[in-house]
Amino acid sequence: MLIPLIALFSGLIFGLGLILSGMTDPAKVLAFLDITGQWDPTLMFVMLGAVSVGFFAFRIAKQRGQTVFSAPIQLPGKRTVDLRLVTGSLLFGIGWGLSGICPGPGLIMAASGETGGIIFVLAMLLGMFIFDLLERRHQANLNSNHRQREVIETK
Amino acid sequence: MVDWQSFTPVSAFAGGVIIGLATAILLLLAGRIAGISGIIGGLIELRKGDIAWRAAFVSGLLLAPWLWRWAGELPPIRIETGDALLALAGLAVGIGTRYGSGCTSGHGVCGMSRLSPRSMVATFLFMTAGMAVVYIIRHSLG
Repeated sequence: MLIPLIALFSGLIFGLGLILSGMTDPAKVLAFLDITGQWDPTLMFVMLGAVSVGFFAFRIAKQRGQTVFSAPIQLPGKRTVDLRLVTGSLLFGIGWGLSGICPGPGLIMAASGETGGIIFVLAMLLGMFIFDLLERRHQANLNSNHRQREVIETK
Repeated sequence: MVDWQSFTPVSAFAGGVIIGLATAILLLLAGRIAGISGIIGGLIELRKGDIAWRAAFVSGLLLAPWLWRWAGELPPIRIETGDALLALAGLAVGIGTRYGSGCTSGHGVCGMSRLSPRSMVATFLFMTAGMAVVYIIRHSLG
């Protein structure tokens, strides 16, 4: 019960930070991405602010290895750059550049009742659902290939 | 050329610090990473025993504009993209962030904070791709 409560509080604070930072204004995000036009470097300061706190948080997390309540901390274990990371990030960047919206701010725009935000979020959820379907099929194929190989090997 | 009129570094930095604090709270109190695309992705996957905290985080995020409105006026949300293009963008962001295992929060904030090489590459790539698309739309096509 405690963890969902902490998550609710964190999500709320995160959202307020996004609104204050200017990330929930797609025109401002696009002005940041428009480096050869009338460039608005504001959003660099969002990342600077977030990372300057996050850097210490993750250092503490690494040193302690567990939460304040002595529960395990779940950190991503993958270290290698692969094709999925590269193509996925490029595709995300294309969508971000087309709209000026990334997932967190998109949710906030939708929650504030902006039609454009709602359209974006519904399409994003559909995209994630498609990923999930493809991923499941991929896993099923891998498993059946694996089984076939086992059958051949045991023959 | 820098557009000094719309340059708002103080509120941006303050907002960033608050985002960092929210990340620190989730990390050090709940042991989870505040990567938004990953959190929503896990909700869609319906992974057993892993739903409550994700749903709670997203609920908090959705409540934020309402809490803000209760205290004052929301900053402007200027969406200049047409509906069809918005849907296409959303689709690309949905598929892309899941294949790339993260978005601006997971890679850009959390990953950069823990100096993850994967996240540095991802952040560089999505920023560059975003800049390239804006360049093509605004200065090459238009």
